[in-house]
Amino acid sequence: MPKTLPVVTSNVTTRQKSGIGSALGQVRQLSFWAENAAPIGLIALVIVFGILSPVFLTLGNIQSMLIAASILVILSVAQSFVITTGGIDLSISATMTLGAVGFGLAYQANINFWLSVIIGLASACLVGLVNGVLIAKGKVTDFIVTLGTLSAATGLALILTTGKPIVVSSPELLILTTGTIGFIGYPVIIAAAVGAIAAFVMFRTRFGLHVQAVGGSEEASVANGVRAGRVRIAVYLICAFLAGVGAILLVARIGAAEPAINTGYLLNSIAAVVLGGVSLTGGRGKIFGPILGALLLTALANGLTLMSVSPFYQPLAVGFVVVLAALLTRFRKK
Amino acid sequence: MAEPLIRLQQVTKSFGPVDVLKGVDFEAYAGKVTALVGDNGAGKSTLIKGLSGVQPYDGGVVSFEGREVHLTNPRQASSLGIEVVYQDLALCENLDIVQNMFLGREELKQGTLDEAAMEFSAIKALQSLSVRTVKSVRQKVSSLSGGQRQTVAIGRTVLRNAKLVILDEPTAALGVAQTEQVLNLVRRLADNGLGVIIISHNLADVFQVCDYISVLYLGNMVARLETVKTTRDEVVAYITGTKVLEGVNE
Ligand SMILES: Nc1ncnc2c1ncn2[C@@H]1O[C@H](COP(=O)(O)OP(=O)(O)O)[C@@H](O)[C@H]1O
Ligand SMILES: [Mg+2]
Repeated sequence: MPKTLPVVTSNVTTRQKSGIGSALGQVRQLSFWAENAAPIGLIALVIVFGILSPVFLTLGNIQSMLIAASILVILSVAQSFVITTGGIDLSISATMTLGAVGFGLAYQANINFWLSVIIGLASACLVGLVNGVLIAKGKVTDFIVTLGTLSAATGLALILTTGKPIVVSSPELLILTTGTIGFIGYPVIIAAAVGAIAAFVMFRTRFGLHVQAVGGSEEASVANGVRAGRVRIAVYLICAFLAGVGAILLVARIGAAEPAINTGYLLNSIAAVVLGGVSLTGGRGKIFGPILGALLLTALANGLTLMSVSPFYQPLAVGFVVVLAALLTRFRKK
Repeated sequence: MAEPLIRLQQVTKSFGPVDVLKGVDFEAYAGKVTALVGDNGAGKSTLIKGLSGVQPYDGGVVSFEGREVHLTNPRQASSLGIEVVYQDLALCENLDIVQNMFLGREELKQGTLDEAAMEFSAIKALQSLSVRTVKSVRQKVSSLSGGQRQTVAIGRTVLRNAKLVILDEPTAALGVAQTEQVLNLVRRLADNGLGVIIISHNLADVFQVCDYISVLYLGNMVARLETVKTTRDEVVAYITGTKVLEGVNE
């Protein structure tokens, strides 16, 4: 069809690149690093840890790394939708906690496993709905709203459980933690499916385009008939729903629904998105990048552990990597 | 003379005690470019906002293609075939040309974006305007010059099957070469049979592309001139109020 038309194909980026003088070579170099921070960082880590630790690249360790990464991958994809609209969800880990508690309480009350899962997802979605409505309709700053729901959801989880973990031992969860296809665990397959569906939604559907459009310019989007309010509510709902999916995986892994704060997941989800090349000001929709970012952060933690570095150093290392990535984003192409 | 594409008769608009449009008559024709000129505060933007449905008139009669219409919101004006290109152009810089041209009106195939069809239509729309300055329709708008952005915004009106295109100061921010491009584009729109209304402060532009010149002065339409039968001095005189048409009420 359109292939024969003359205007289509000339590749502008390459043209511009070849036109830039050698004096700007340095910056071009930096922009290359900035664009590909996550894959380059991941490869570098794999090489370094692969040399330093004989265990790092064994099949067993790769398997456990992937399983360890699955929750963070899901949360990063979730956060990526919100951040693409120019928003942020600080309540993401608290939402996951509430989802876990909702699931745990339902299962404890002898409700059927799948119904309990739905209750867990619904409790998470409730937080997303509150976030979305307050931000889109109430016009309250995303930062403040999700900081508020972070606290509220954490408190609610503590109240509902009286601060004690709910032990959940179900055959279904056992299958979820131990089951594999080939050598790939179920949590990894779920995370990969979430990533694939998210990429499809972001890049192939009208909704995904509108997510990017609202992040680029809400004013222009609205002027062209995009319902920006609905898009904003939807991204916070998606984010919360995926936090709920993460909650089930978390309960499966720990064997209990804990009213813990899980701040690490919050910070790492934002870090992974930044590493993945998504601009915090919105408009740059990315799914694969944040997934690589999540893998990078997990590999970092795993490698440091294998090398018997005290876990106290892990947040320091993560912070260093993220600040470096944030610095690099300054050199990203517009 | 042919029937006007759009005709305003005695339209009025007030903001509280301030009468901004005091019974304005105005018309524009298919295939012609009509300039709307006037000093700051004359009421040009208010007149246009009434046509686009953003800010409906208080009174008067509006006829489009010979039929009386009530322009009450932008969607409805757009469905009639009235499209406005505002000064800020309403483009998303992070999206490419095709995405911008179809934003809010995407074409779908089995629920997913029909990229091939949209790209094809976008190229066709730009070709109908003889656009040669755009290298690839998959370029991000952030990489485009001011003139190219104007081109995308105008191309979008063509895609939407506009019958009347209204441009608010389309060349205000452009250099000489790009102004020339955009004026050619405006002319091409009219040559394709669309009605075009262009607000401009630049009389050189106006005399270059417009067939008619309507002059607003403090909420009154003081002159409707044929470009070939008037002079720059005469237009300036109407704009500044030193010359007033007989029979125009104060
Ligand atoms: N929303 C509004 N409320 C009050 N006054 C307005 C409003 N919009 C325009 N006006 C007034 O109407 C007059 C005409 O404005 P405008 O149509 O913007 O003129 P122009 O575009 O010709 O410069 C000005 O005096 C302006 O102050
Ligand atoms: Mg104005």
